[in-house]
Amino acid sequence: MYIEKAKVESIEKINEQTFLLKLFSPSIASSAKPGQFCNVKVSERTDPLLRRPFSICNVEGESIYFLFDIHGEGTKLLSHKKFEDEIEILGPLGKGFVYDGSYETAVIVAGGLGTAPFPFLINRLSKDKKVAAFVGARSKNLVLQHGLKNISVATDDGSVGFHGTVVDLLKKEISSIAKNKFRIFGCGPNPMMKALQKYAMENNFDCQISVEAAMACGFGICQGCPIEASDGESYLLVCKDGPVFDAKKVKI
Amino acid sequence: MSIDLSVNIGALKLKNPVLLASGTVGYGNEIAQFTDLSKLGGIVTKSLSLKPRKGNPPQRIVETPSGMLNAIGLANVGVEVFIKEKIPFLKELNTTLICNIAASTIEEYVECVNILKGEETIKAFEINVSCPNVKEGGLEFGNDINAVGRITEKVRAATNKPIIIKLSPNVSRISDFAKTVKQNGGDAVSAINTLVGTSFDINTRRPKIKNVTGGLSGPAIKPIALAKVLEIKRNVDIPIIGIGGIMNWKDAVEFMIVGASAIQLGTVNFINPNAGVEILQGLEEYCRKNSIEKLSSLTGSYQI
Repeated sequence: MYIEKAKVESIEKINEQTFLLKLFSPSIASSAKPGQFCNVKVSERTDPLLRRPFSICNVEGESIYFLFDIHGEGTKLLSHKKFEDEIEILGPLGKGFVYDGSYETAVIVAGGLGTAPFPFLINRLSKDKKVAAFVGARSKNLVLQHGLKNISVATDDGSVGFHGTVVDLLKKEISSIAKNKFRIFGCGPNPMMKALQKYAMENNFDCQISVEAAMACGFGICQGCPIEASDGESYLLVCKDGPVFDAKKVKI
Repeated sequence: MSIDLSVNIGALKLKNPVLLASGTVGYGNEIAQFTDLSKLGGIVTKSLSLKPRKGNPPQRIVETPSGMLNAIGLANVGVEVFIKEKIPFLKELNTTLICNIAASTIEEYVECVNILKGEETIKAFEINVSCPNVKEGGLEFGNDINAVGRITEKVRAATNKPIIIKLSPNVSRISDFAKTVKQNGGDAVSAINTLVGTSFDINTRRPKIKNVTGGLSGPAIKPIALAKVLEIKRNVDIPIIGIGGIMNWKDAVEFMIVGASAIQLGTVNFINPNAGVEILQGLEEYCRKNSIEKLSSLTGSYQI
């Protein structure tokens, strides 16, 4: 884990609300694993006070990428960063995806900005693994396909692709995937992760989910981001024990 | 010029006045990846209770203007696991270890101290009488001056190690509580714990944290904390550990001027886990520039 002052290499708007930020961050780039995140200091002022957690979208040489939406004051400030501005980032944090194993197809199920960690995952998958990506969004103009491949799209309003949720799309398409051994990798808003988890557990699918939570520190000292363990006896921390969990291990 | 950074909190000697506050350093292991804890005056562990506590359900935290609200609910491993699993790491840190204790009865405070006092690594106890997020048995010790007096007295009787009582700011006159601590044999007070606050979502009309209210911390509370420290300093002769929104060395100097013998860093650790070391460097530089030979001479040096 490092605290690195990273220079902006590029910042690009890829749809009406989503930005792709590329930073020169050699220490983090060389140690990050797919599914991990960084806690990003968006300003030098005390308001907004806290860092903002972002999934590592991809690593390319000594650079890392983040995908983010303008959501509030913090992400707005981040969207104003310019070429060569310095941003202090802390990472890589948390536990990422477990992606080695004997399965043949990596099934990616992502909702909205939940596509963020998958370009990195696809990059690091061994070459013999196939990818099937299912991407959901509210409507056509918000569908994110950056860095993905073999994509099927679902939209809530039916403006493109399947009319319905991405989990319903997965259910519809599962028979063609299930011919081979597969593992599901999910990331998206918690209600969507809950639906995916339910479906995976009912069918005993191998499934890992990346969850989101409000957090302050990002490495375990503030205890602000609990998620209940499936036994109901204890809380795990999203920042340190996650953000990626085996779908069987947590209650969403 | 070599500067003497050491301070005394009653019988507790610290190599410098920079401490990390309870609940913002866990048990030291995570933050040690980002900072050299051996350089600091000490760390105060997450509040320990007799039995492990699961803590509150999410959402536990929310950001507010220049601050944050938390309602963690004293999630902790309990004293037994602490001794078995956390002390071995803490022992190797080469920094002063202060153990914070939370309890829901006076007897439980005493029992915790009795179990922990034999641990040589623990140099002092900080007694949390003021967590705003846990109420059990109908008692809110932090608001009850008699309870604070009794807890101090019973814990004093149980140990010779220095006792620091962490005071609540959610009272009308904090200096009366400090006076009670002194009268009952406490060595020092920490001031302040968080202020009770809340935040609502205007669309759902629901509280943003599950516990409804939480403790406000961060730079937003610094002026209040300074006023509380000053009030204690002007009314009671007892060492004060100043806490509340310290972000940099200037804030630390300000706390010492109004009366703090040492300071604790809390919320800043979440943003800059190396803040303690940076603040220490800033304090040393300030002393050098102002020809201050002993940092402790700053304490209570206000000109009013």
